[in-house]
Amino acid sequence: MRFYGAIVVALLIANAAFAAEIPQAERRSGHSFMKPDTRAMQDEETANPGMLWVLDGETLWKRKLGAANKACADCHGDARTSMKGVAARYPAYDKATGRPIDLEQRVNSCRSNHQQATPLPYESRELLALTAFVARQSQGTAIETGDDPELAPFIAKGRELYMQRQGQLNLACANCHDDNWDKKLAGSAITQGHPTGYPLYRLEWQSLGSLQRRLRACITGIRAQAYDYGAPELVELELYLMSRARGMPMEAPGVRP
Amino acid sequence: MASALINVPAKAKRGDIIEIKTLMSHIMETGYRHTASGEVVPRNIITSFTCRFNGTEIFRADLFPAIAANPFFTFFTTATESGKFEFEWTGDRGFSETASASITVE
Repeated sequence: MRFYGAIVVALLIANAAFAAEIPQAERRSGHSFMKPDTRAMQDEETANPGMLWVLDGETLWKRKLGAANKACADCHGDARTSMKGVAARYPAYDKATGRPIDLEQRVNSCRSNHQQATPLPYESRELLALTAFVARQSQGTAIETGDDPELAPFIAKGRELYMQRQGQLNLACANCHDDNWDKKLAGSAITQGHPTGYPLYRLEWQSLGSLQRRLRACITGIRAQAYDYGAPELVELELYLMSRARGMPMEAPGVRP
Repeated sequence: MASALINVPAKAKRGDIIEIKTLMSHIMETGYRHTASGEVVPRNIITSFTCRFNGTEIFRADLFPAIAANPFFTFFTTATESGKFEFEWTGDRGFSETASASITVE
């Protein structure tokens, strides 16, 4: 009995030590974990509630505002061509701040610098609409985030956070999303945590939400103190997750249960 | 901002059974929730959805607080003649939105 106990302990230690990253060929979008009816809801443009935000975003794209009285379209023209593949490269390195910024922060930096308008809060209808509209233009495009060598130290920091056990449950992101993605948590699929469809519509939220909202909800779930919206740690985590999903096709706005 | 997504086939053969799908943007606030300070969040829902074809009502639904945000309706009808579907959503706080879609029946 003691012998078997020792084997179990040894296996547990081995498991913890060699918690492997998911091989490239085994990577799966959260889409593939869903029931067929939820998948159908995402796949059909007129059934995907996220498309309501995309429609709103298209209107906002053309709306002149701020002291500069400029619309997004006045600089960027037709989003169908100018924004194609853009969301698939975010978070991206921002020379001005010397840090990675996510799509939400890019929209807000454009608003403050070029439109001379007030930045939009995270999860506001307008910001979600604009990011959903921009991300939609990359539908089917392979994720390229992390190409820029300047990003390497920030990806490493994001990875560190992903591997770091934290909170009262003492769990790292990796404990669920690398080690146990083929299992269930309270009846729900755990998934591999590839952010291919953000901003996405969660049926539970009854709304569109950003990747940061998802991350904050996960962090609260492991009973840790969530970082504030826009915190550098969250952006680094977004960056790591997107670089981890490199090559997977964008599917924003996704639908999840 | 309120937007609607409508899916009506552009063409159909006479006698075909066609599916109509509509999605309307709305928060569907139940009226049963409270703020942190204990005040009731007032009810704000869509209460009625109707679809008319060439002026005749062909589908109607009453909505209640248990219905999720951004209500999605799908229903079937028989294609009889070319014409226009008109959709109307009405609700609390004077909410009123319309949309339309045309069909060619051969």
